[in-house]
Amino acid sequence: MNPLNLSGYAYWLPVVATAVVGLAVTMYVILDGFDLGIGILFPFYPREADRDQLMNSVAPFWDGNETWLVLGGTWLLVAFPLAYSIIAPALYVPLIAMLLALVFRGVAFEFRWVAKPRHRKWDIAFAAGSTVAAFSQGTMVGGLLNGFRVEAGQFAGGPLDWLTPFSLMCGAGLIVGYALLGACWLVMKTSGEVEQTARRYARPLLLALLAFIVVISVWTPLQFERVAARWFGGSNMLYLSPVPLITVVLAIAGWRGLAGRHPTVAFNAAVGLFIVSFIGLAISTLPYLAPPSITLWQAAASPQSQTFMLVGTTVLVPFVLGYTVFVYYTFRGKVHPGEGYH
Amino acid sequence: MDPHALLLSRIQFGFTISVHIIFPAFSIGSSAFVATLLVLWRRTGREHYHRLARFWTKIFAVSFAMGVVSGIPLSYELGTNWSRYSLATGNVIGPLIGYEVLTAFFLESTFLGIMLFGWTRVPPWLHVTSAVLVALGTMISGFWILAANSWMQTPAGHVMHDGIAIPVDWFHVIFNPSFPYRFTHMMTAAYLTTSVVVLAGGARYLLEGKFQEEARTMLRMGVGMVAILGPAQLFFGDQHGLNTLEHQPAKVAAREGHWENTGPAALVLFGIPDRDRELNRAEIAIPRLGSLILKHDLNGRYAGLKDFPKADRPPVLPVFFAFRIMVGIGVLLILLGLTGAFLWIRGKLFTTRWYLQAATYSWPVGFVAILAGWVTTETGRQPYVAYGIVRTQHALSPVSAGTVAASLVAFVLVYTVVFSIGIYYIRRLVLGGPKPAAVSPGPLPRGLSNRPLSLGAQPEEAAAGEARP
Repeated sequence: MNPLNLSGYAYWLPVVATAVVGLAVTMYVILDGFDLGIGILFPFYPREADRDQLMNSVAPFWDGNETWLVLGGTWLLVAFPLAYSIIAPALYVPLIAMLLALVFRGVAFEFRWVAKPRHRKWDIAFAAGSTVAAFSQGTMVGGLLNGFRVEAGQFAGGPLDWLTPFSLMCGAGLIVGYALLGACWLVMKTSGEVEQTARRYARPLLLALLAFIVVISVWTPLQFERVAARWFGGSNMLYLSPVPLITVVLAIAGWRGLAGRHPTVAFNAAVGLFIVSFIGLAISTLPYLAPPSITLWQAAASPQSQTFMLVGTTVLVPFVLGYTVFVYYTFRGKVHPGEGYH
Repeated sequence: MDPHALLLSRIQFGFTISVHIIFPAFSIGSSAFVATLLVLWRRTGREHYHRLARFWTKIFAVSFAMGVVSGIPLSYELGTNWSRYSLATGNVIGPLIGYEVLTAFFLESTFLGIMLFGWTRVPPWLHVTSAVLVALGTMISGFWILAANSWMQTPAGHVMHDGIAIPVDWFHVIFNPSFPYRFTHMMTAAYLTTSVVVLAGGARYLLEGKFQEEARTMLRMGVGMVAILGPAQLFFGDQHGLNTLEHQPAKVAAREGHWENTGPAALVLFGIPDRDRELNRAEIAIPRLGSLILKHDLNGRYAGLKDFPKADRPPVLPVFFAFRIMVGIGVLLILLGLTGAFLWIRGKLFTTRWYLQAATYSWPVGFVAILAGWVTTETGRQPYVAYGIVRTQHALSPVSAGTVAASLVAFVLVYTVVFSIGIYYIRRLVLGGPKPAAVSPGPLPRGLSNRPLSLGAQPEEAAAGEARP
């Protein structure tokens, strides 16, 4: 676990930094997850008025949501330059694909309105960009689990090493997962037909996501010995049993939330599923940041850098969370159809 | 290290960052302009300030979105294409970018939501405050990213350990020797460039006889800013140049086309630097003026390119020409500002057609100067990526030329299509001009719409009572 025989500060600082990277990525996946999900669901709403409503339900938030992606990437660079310098070249292709996809969907938020009535191309850009971004992110998770070939502290594999059936399946799984978050968001934030349509899609999406979770949970220990050892070695199985149990509870809560009048419960359950999946991923991977060789201690930046960044994060993130909550509060409630632009 | 992958990666980064810088430069300026207009509106109650603010908010928003989506790839390219750079300098550069995210990106992106969609949702004071915070966020963002860039030019506050820069003094890392100069120079450039766009827009409306009240305000504010910032930029640029001479003499020698340090230096007005023969062809130069400008002394002397080993010289040609383009445009803008100020004092600003005509063509030149300035400073830093610490050729990721070629083609295609259309939309918005206020400035009607007024959403339709479907 701790091959460098570190103690005290030198041991804990990288652990805390890992937790921060994990939190930033989790925030990103949840927040940008639902607005990418809106884009993924775009093709299922052919009417222009409905699409306006979809977009308006996330328009004030998307930019702030996407900033968590920059924070996650930057934190990885700050705290673990070695991991960053291995992972980024190894995932070159899906990373660039994701960045370009985000260009299309990001500008669509503005361009679509300016272009009206000739906005069809930006509808396509928004839907395709969101879907490709989600898929790329999923394949990156798969690529990370696959691990990277490292020689002399550098990525030594090929440009398509990440491309495996497993990573493609992770890509598909994330599309479904984001679509579920998006559908639950729409059930919560919209009304009328838009809400009804989202309700119709949310349940099959929930089932599909559960199927992906099950397949990945079976597939990873079968394919990766280190993952099997982590989950089933010694009495780990006992300690880790809450993870699948909580997943089941969340799935039931989400199902019932979608049936009843508690859309917030359904959305929170979907978020919960993401958090539990992420914790499961962490359990499978840690302490490796760039599996199967580079641990978080090996990859750690100088303590000066990690400390400087940690101080800033501790002081500033509460403010960030504060005004993020404020903006969500300002734009609370449902977006109604037919409400004109005043 | 694959030389083709290196060249392609350099082209890719140069291309993506050049496209990017256009939008933040304009966003820094236009967010400050909108905030100023909103404050003026609140203080004077004059309606046309409000119409102008709404109008420029739309333009700002389109530009800001393009800045965001073209900026995110840059932070990831540091890893995908420049992983060895990240490894060598990540301990120093990383936290600076991290602080940019924490202090600026979240601030601007979050309050942007209120600025764009909160016209009827929050009280006016809060809306104005949000606009001010967004403008402040763009400034803070400039602070951190220019600190990081300046550190790459004039590294300080660190020690090298096994080829890795380890920070020892954050104050010196951030306030490294070139930072105060670069920050002042670039922020002034952003405000100046945007002021020229405002000036040009106002001039056009006046010539077309449209939006007279708004046009006069735009022209007055634009001329006032350019008349002050133009000459100020000359001074800041001069100071920045002296600082560069102290810390990066090879860059100065390249941009001046100064080969030999054999006596007082001439100012080369034109020439074609020839790297192989180590001289300027077709040179037109003014004796001793170079010494006067760079040493503030007619007999001053400074290092020539021949004083540096060939392997340590930056490419001369691009640095030399880019610098002349930047300075030339700077002189033109000073003329634009001072002529406008003169006409204003004489009471002829709104009626001098030749001046207005010339001004309408001036809108893109500030951007050209910004790009030329960055080419000067970044190419002048070569052959190092972090000056004196890491050579560019040692910064490359272990990626193949084929992979980078593919991503470069994708970037060029996507950026060309998306950002040309975006610039076309901005142009269309500017030509369309401000529209009557869509929102009453009085006490806000509470609980109206949850529905954000998208800035792109054409408020004129709403004003005409046409509910958007």
